Amino acid sequence: MSTPIIEVKNLTKQFKDVVAVNNLSFTVNQGDVYGFLGQNGAGKSTSIRMMLSLIFPTSGTINYFGKPLHGNRSSVLSKIGAVIEKPDLYKYLNGQENITLFAKLTGKKITRKQIDDTLELTGIKHAAHRKIKTYSQGMKQRLGIAIALVHNPEIVILDEPTNGLDPQGIVDVRNLITKLSKEQGKTVIISTHLLNEIEQVATKILIINKGEKVVEGTAEELLNPNQTQLEIETTDGNKLLQFLQHSEWNIGEPKAMGNSINVTIKKEAIPILNQALVQNNIPVFKITPRNHLENYFINITKTAV
Amino acid sequence: MIWKVFTIELYKIFRKPRTYISFAVVLVISILIQIAFKSNGKEYAQLVTAQISEIFDINDDVFAAMLNGYLICYILLQSLLINIPLLIALVGADMFAGEANMGTLRLLQSKPVSRVQMVLGKFAATFFYTMVLLIFLAITALLVSVIIFGTGDVFSAKSSTLEIVREEFVLRRYIYAFCFAALAMTTVAALAFFLSVFGENSIGPMVACMGIVIVCTIIGTLDDIPLFAFLKQGLFTSHMIGWKGFFDEVVPWTAITKSAIILFAHIFLFVGGAAVVYNKKDILS
Repeated sequence: MSTPIIEVKNLTKQFKDVVAVNNLSFTVNQGDVYGFLGQNGAGKSTSIRMMLSLIFPTSGTINYFGKPLHGNRSSVLSKIGAVIEKPDLYKYLNGQENITLFAKLTGKKITRKQIDDTLELTGIKHAAHRKIKTYSQGMKQRLGIAIALVHNPEIVILDEPTNGLDPQGIVDVRNLITKLSKEQGKTVIISTHLLNEIEQVATKILIINKGEKVVEGTAEELLNPNQTQLEIETTDGNKLLQFLQHSEWNIGEPKAMGNSINVTIKKEAIPILNQALVQNNIPVFKITPRNHLENYFINITKTAV
Repeated sequence: MIWKVFTIELYKIFRKPRTYISFAVVLVISILIQIAFKSNGKEYAQLVTAQISEIFDINDDVFAAMLNGYLICYILLQSLLINIPLLIALVGADMFAGEANMGTLRLLQSKPVSRVQMVLGKFAATFFYTMVLLIFLAITALLVSVIIFGTGDVFSAKSSTLEIVREEFVLRRYIYAFCFAALAMTTVAALAFFLSVFGENSIGPMVACMGIVIVCTIIGTLDDIPLFAFLKQGLFTSHMIGWKGFFDEVVPWTAITKSAIILFAHIFLFVGGAAVVYNKKDILS
């Protein structure tokens, strides 16, 4: 059984008359890659700032390693590395100087080799002696991640880690997260508004909206391939509906919305269904597969709009 | 951890190009005044002693003796110690507000450093910067003036008297005066530092600091009004000029000690206030 490493209970933050986070509870186990998913303004960053003692909760508790953050701040934070939103750094210093300064505040003795290795790991060593003001957003992001990792923390918190990164950079960060979790056994929390970022790396996922928990579950549960929902768009919705209702397909209850029909199906059956529709002269404009997680997220978006 | 914060903050202060603006300003003013005295010193001395010249016969030898390095330094300090608070506020106001503006405060404070340690480490660095600037002022104003103009008695003209401090006592008086000026400048640094905790960029706290200094100075100047005369006693700006007392023929130790205590109290209040406020502050930047 996994050991709970972070326990957040009934966390609430109210700024004057705005409730940014409302009664949020979740548990992160050791070795989890915990995806914190929500739209911009959903309360992710506020929650993360409370977890890093940057913002004081209005109510609720945050425990790390069984101890409350309040009262054990320094010992807890020495085990955490974090990138909070975009990593802003000292522009008049170079990359090496920035990481060295922050490394000194980690409460651990960090060698020059550790710094070099971390810069190498995050792919920014080549620019270590360049001033930050010459860095691109992606380079800053990489250096920010290096600063978070330099003291070999047990918990890594990455708030929007792929902001500003090019496609290769996104893949690199994804690989790095996997490496940190699988090879080094670190617990990683990633906060993002990008669904595909979470899908590919998270072992456990929490969706938050308007400061409240919408759903929490393991990636297996929320990305269940047996529960893929399809939206099929055709010119003749009735014909499609009749075909689906009288066919042998195990599609649950099809739901019609004009010429669009929503069905639930196993992921591997999608190409076979597509072929059958064509063979039965049912013109298909588009087939959009969505897993449960995506449905949750889309519903949230619709509600917010 | 306070020591680590202190060393890191010092590194940041002295790697920031704008830090050197203050040193450049002090250097330029010192050089300008020294050049001016080298070329027109006698005319200045005649102007200052105009009233006394009506009673006494002051010849060129007296003017030459008056225009020594110690006097030039005294004049320099009178000009600079009014303006230096602005230069100190540049750094003091930047300590938290500048970090908030850059977005580095959240990264800094997500490290295992307590809020109080952060405040004390940062203030220690601000204090160190203030001392370095004053030492630089002492070198450029006192040392360079002494090299160029030599040493001698210090004549300071009061409204109806001409105070003279004999040469053998002047250096010691300067040491006392610089120590007192350090205390006065630290008070301004502490005020800027305190205001910095509230700001999200350094301009606001800097302007607020200078605004407070100006308002308090005006209140102190208009002390013919009974209310202002009463308020003046507690205002730090009224006590910041206490260093001038060291150039009276007889040092007013009681008044200077009282001023020093009031300035210490202000420093304690401002830094303590910064710690209390920052300790409860949500870091949203």
